[in-house]
Amino acid sequence: MAMAREEVYQKVKDVLVDALGVDDDEISEEATLTGDLGAESIDFLDIVFRLEKTFSIKIPRGELFPESLVSNPEYVEGGRLTPKGLDTLKKAMPHADFTKFEKDPDVNQMSNLFTVKTIVNYLSTKMAA
Amino acid sequence: MRWIWIDKFTDFQSGVRATAIKNVTLAEEHLHDHFPAYPVMPASLIVEGMAQTAGILVGEARGFEEKVILAKVKQARFRREVRPGDQLQYDAEIENVTPEAAMTTGRVSVNGEPLAEIDIVFSHIDNNMSGLVFPEENFVFTEDFKSLLMNYNVSTSAAGTTS
Repeated sequence: MAMAREEVYQKVKDVLVDALGVDDDEISEEATLTGDLGAESIDFLDIVFRLEKTFSIKIPRGELFPESLVSNPEYVEGGRLTPKGLDTLKKAMPHADFTKFEKDPDVNQMSNLFTVKTIVNYLSTKMAA
Repeated sequence: MRWIWIDKFTDFQSGVRATAIKNVTLAEEHLHDHFPAYPVMPASLIVEGMAQTAGILVGEARGFEEKVILAKVKQARFRREVRPGDQLQYDAEIENVTPEAAMTTGRVSVNGEPLAEIDIVFSHIDNNMSGLVFPEENFVFTEDFKSLLMNYNVSTSAAGTTS
């Protein structure tokens, strides 16, 4: 059943407040999970579990937060994603906003693709399906 | 010798839930410093007791193949103090296990009264930590830990034959 985007956002916000111990006024759609909200690797698993529970859905491993592509030499060159790597990542993450990242696909900036909005987009698509 | 913060399992349902008890005694040296003349079991050790109860439950669910490491305490709330002579009961339940991680929820009671809620995320470190390699040997589940479960199995099967 489709759920209004605003409702999805509110629920995601609650999940992040609980999972990351942040205040709800720290959360905006643009906030990055790692940079702004201080998420560490294990928090991503925690967040996925909580989202599954909250939305009563299954989130296959690597679908919301794709496994790192950086270990594939075809995809990375000199610390940046190659066009092929970028293309693969974009296909894997249709729910992320690449506008900024694709100008300079530095692998160290990849975590900035994981924003609150990325999660909301992902869930909105998933719930509509 | 590892420091072990549970005395024995009193219930163990593979992959589902486990219950362990811990008797608190003044023979534990740290209680004389925490605090002088007013011994109280440190809450951090109560978390450790839950981590051991739940960690063994999670480890056993996968045949002790995984190195199960406490990754995150999701929540820990305490309602009262624990003093020498008290008995703690740890009830842990598996919420979710995947190849990379496991989540548990837990309740602790003291002498039958609710004491704490402690929810934990465990990491199966060989499948995490992006490619770091750990020693082959399972340094988490040593004999010290496994013997706790062995003693439980021995006592339950012994109870089964006498009844």
